[in-house]
Amino acid sequence: MMYDPISMAGASVLLLFATAMLAPLFRKHQQILITMSFALATVASFLGVTAGIWSVGSGITNQVILPIGLPDLPFHLRLDALSGFFLTVIGLLSLFVSVYSIGYIKGYLGQRSVTSLIIFYCIFIAGMMMVVLADDALCFLVSWEIMAASSYFLVIFENERQENRRAAFLYLVVAHVGAIAILLSFGVLAGFATKSESFLGYTFDAMRTAQLPIEWATAAFFLSFFGFAAKAGVIPLHVWLPEAHPVAPSNVSALMSGVMLKTAIYGIVRVTFDLIHVFPVWWGAIVLSFGLISAVMGVLYALMQHDLKRLLAYHSVENIGIILIGIGLAMIFKAFNLPLLAALGLIAGLYHTMNHAMFKGLLFMGAGAVLHATGERNMEEMGGLIHRMPWTAALFLIGCVSISALPPFNGFVSEWLTFQAFLLSPALPSPLIRLLIPLGAALLALTGALAAACFVKAFGVTFLGHWRGHHNPKVHEVDWSMRIGMLLAALTCFGLGILPSVFIDWMDIIAEQLIGTTIASSAGRYGWMWLTPVSYERASYSGFIVFVGIILVLGIAYALLHVRPGTIRRVPIWDCGFEKINQRMQYNATSFAMPIRRIFGYLFSIRERVELAPQAGHKAFPKKIQYHLSIRDRVWGWLYKPVVEASFWMSRKVGKLQQGRIQAYLIYSFITIIILLVFLR
Amino acid sequence: MTLNPYIIELLQVLTLLGLAPAFVGWVRMVKCWAQGRTSAGLFQPYRDLAKLFSKEVLLAENASWIFRFTPYLVFSTAVLAGGIIPILSLDLPLASTADVIVIVALFAIARFFTALAGMDIGTAFGGMGSSREMMIASLAEPAMLMAIFTVSLANRSTSLSEIIQVIYSGQSVLRPSLAFAFLAFILIALAETGRVPVDNPATHLELTMIHEAMILEYSGRHLALIEWAGMMKLFLFVILGIAAFAPWGIAAKGSLLGIPEALVYMVLKLGAVGIGIVLIETGLAKMRLFRLTEFLGAAFLLATLGMLSFFILD
Repeated sequence: MMYDPISMAGASVLLLFATAMLAPLFRKHQQILITMSFALATVASFLGVTAGIWSVGSGITNQVILPIGLPDLPFHLRLDALSGFFLTVIGLLSLFVSVYSIGYIKGYLGQRSVTSLIIFYCIFIAGMMMVVLADDALCFLVSWEIMAASSYFLVIFENERQENRRAAFLYLVVAHVGAIAILLSFGVLAGFATKSESFLGYTFDAMRTAQLPIEWATAAFFLSFFGFAAKAGVIPLHVWLPEAHPVAPSNVSALMSGVMLKTAIYGIVRVTFDLIHVFPVWWGAIVLSFGLISAVMGVLYALMQHDLKRLLAYHSVENIGIILIGIGLAMIFKAFNLPLLAALGLIAGLYHTMNHAMFKGLLFMGAGAVLHATGERNMEEMGGLIHRMPWTAALFLIGCVSISALPPFNGFVSEWLTFQAFLLSPALPSPLIRLLIPLGAALLALTGALAAACFVKAFGVTFLGHWRGHHNPKVHEVDWSMRIGMLLAALTCFGLGILPSVFIDWMDIIAEQLIGTTIASSAGRYGWMWLTPVSYERASYSGFIVFVGIILVLGIAYALLHVRPGTIRRVPIWDCGFEKINQRMQYNATSFAMPIRRIFGYLFSIRERVELAPQAGHKAFPKKIQYHLSIRDRVWGWLYKPVVEASFWMSRKVGKLQQGRIQAYLIYSFITIIILLVFLR
Repeated sequence: MTLNPYIIELLQVLTLLGLAPAFVGWVRMVKCWAQGRTSAGLFQPYRDLAKLFSKEVLLAENASWIFRFTPYLVFSTAVLAGGIIPILSLDLPLASTADVIVIVALFAIARFFTALAGMDIGTAFGGMGSSREMMIASLAEPAMLMAIFTVSLANRSTSLSEIIQVIYSGQSVLRPSLAFAFLAFILIALAETGRVPVDNPATHLELTMIHEAMILEYSGRHLALIEWAGMMKLFLFVILGIAAFAPWGIAAKGSLLGIPEALVYMVLKLGAVGIGIVLIETGLAKMRLFRLTEFLGAAFLLATLGMLSFFILD
């Protein structure tokens, strides 16, 4: 049955469910359980990746109808290039994270039972795979809920802490508000697709052929965009993300940040380019605007954090913004009927989707390794880990360089493609959009530069300098499985960075299917080394030669300087001759971000307070100085607090109906029946 | 007769390596004259480099491999950028490896690692330098890209050689957007190369230094590589400005006569720009750190205005 990609993907999902079912049987033998389940999850993810690569590579679309689901409403599955691409992304990161988890989850041995973690971990990956395979509204929403519910249980895994329970609850609320919007959107689409004689309007095939009046299409698009944006963490719907991602176990954070957010991107692309497929320009402008806001605000919030995982979570908001910039540009170009440029924008967005999955997965795994080794998430307490965790440090550094969009790694390629898409926009006829575009390019450039600043901070404070904490834990390098998981992700980042044209060649079929044109004919025309998205004269980039060039010059310089055996003498720190330096005098995360906090401070609500404990007799020399800093998201106060307060106010009012007396309730029922009889006779 | 492009490439890298210290020497010399001091001569930077290369490296006890790797990487990215930016000729085998965006990113890698090296030893000064450098960079880099985008839009390419080809072929006309971009580029180049009023390359006053604070712990050949790379960066920014706004003189084909001619033009232009830098540095005082926001904000605004005016007027 494995002879086509979709059966293989199905086998992968089934294997994951089987692993989840098997897990309770081994709950008494936690050690075996961990190794066995994650090994099975690795195999299942590998099947998923193979199916994905195969289906995109061959360009064949497979469809299957499963006889499960509601009566007369069977599940439809479909694997086309777009699904195949996202299946590859999901499978690839799940593969790396599953290898990593073998070592990481062993950290819980002796503390708590990990059976539930393993069950929901497998269901979670299976749910994500099913989301991209689904080909009807019912199957899609069921998978979507499986994914949301299982990830809720993963977030709440360490449930003894109040903050974790709060974060998980917030996550659940936002996920369901989003799911309702998606349900309504499919309702609108299905309503126009249904012929009166059958129920089949709920399939995506029917929705594709439906003729929607523009106002209903707009309603469907904005409902689904709202729903998917809530899942993706687009500002202002991002508040759950920096709460939920840090408190989940790190392997789960890697998957949630790396790939679960991507299912929302998949949803946006599927609904817009495939199901609705004809849309006006201003939809694209709105997507682009939200992308820009998320990118800039996401990175600024990230800079203010000193919790390593929270910092990474805010960077997910930023990167989702960058992906939406590419997709928004593609929508604008497509609406103006410029297919080649639309294909470029879409490929840039999807390339960044892949990139973000890889480097964000890598960074969360690295943060997990640090947490595993030191028991610490607060960067203010860390430092100097490069000496004690050399592997983790080097791999984490690759993640930092990739996410900061520096060549020759992968983050740079997708940002470069997005810039090229921006630079082709003089072809657009609309003056209003022409004003938005330069500002967009400026904001994207600002985002990239701020991200670099943020990762100098993250890496510098965590791994360089001296240990800052008061107590000094025994820090050790993590075990082989965690290192392999991170190493594979790092190698993928590197490969995607130096061989972009090979990758674009592979995924170009998506643009062909959704927009009707490809960029590969121009992108890889000069061989595997060169990336020339539009034409050779326009722009070209070769990550491979940049890498080889840097290594070559570096090697020559090193060799020339070591003809004579170079002498290096290890000496105490100089520091301009200041001798009494100690580790608390180093710059830390808060002080590093201070200049940027001062420049962009008006975007946050910042409260700073300095307390002096005076010494008797010497007022000028206080005994102790304490500095308090609290930075809050302004969005929470503007948008969410009123809603929360209003719902509490309403429930208090409604609560007055609850008398607790049976007579009162009987009267309510009686009145209801009378009203129904009067009006609905 | 035309020279083999690979020989031109080599010549160009040698020009960069050889003349970058002389350019810095020239700027220092003119500055001394302008301020009524006796100068140490055009060749002082060479003597400084030679001295540093011959000295032993003193490395702090807790320095990691990042600290030792950074000088080589910084040097290497500068040399690579020099192989890509057309200094003498457009006929370069490496020219299509990277466009202007990649060149900006190459400088960004060097800065990223220098900032990490600043934090590696764990001194207060190092962290201070890194934090300030990244703050300045995060404001300067978008402005830089905006200025460059304006030039690329006007010439329909982001590749420097292609931009110059378009200018040579006479298709490029003088545009108001280019004037904005040029002004912005000057401001940014001052910030990126660490000149007054943003940073003072001659200062060693602890609390005002930015770039110097990051590399405070370096010595011997490590310091020599970083200093040399710094000189090359200044040189390359001037060349980048010349290539984007006034390329006349750079040889279109690598003919035997064209290369020396290009060299003469280049030296003349560099001499003039050097005097310009001295006028700015002598006329202005270094700004307070948080006044820089206005300076870089102005550069960003100018560059964005340039791009907007391109979109509206063209």
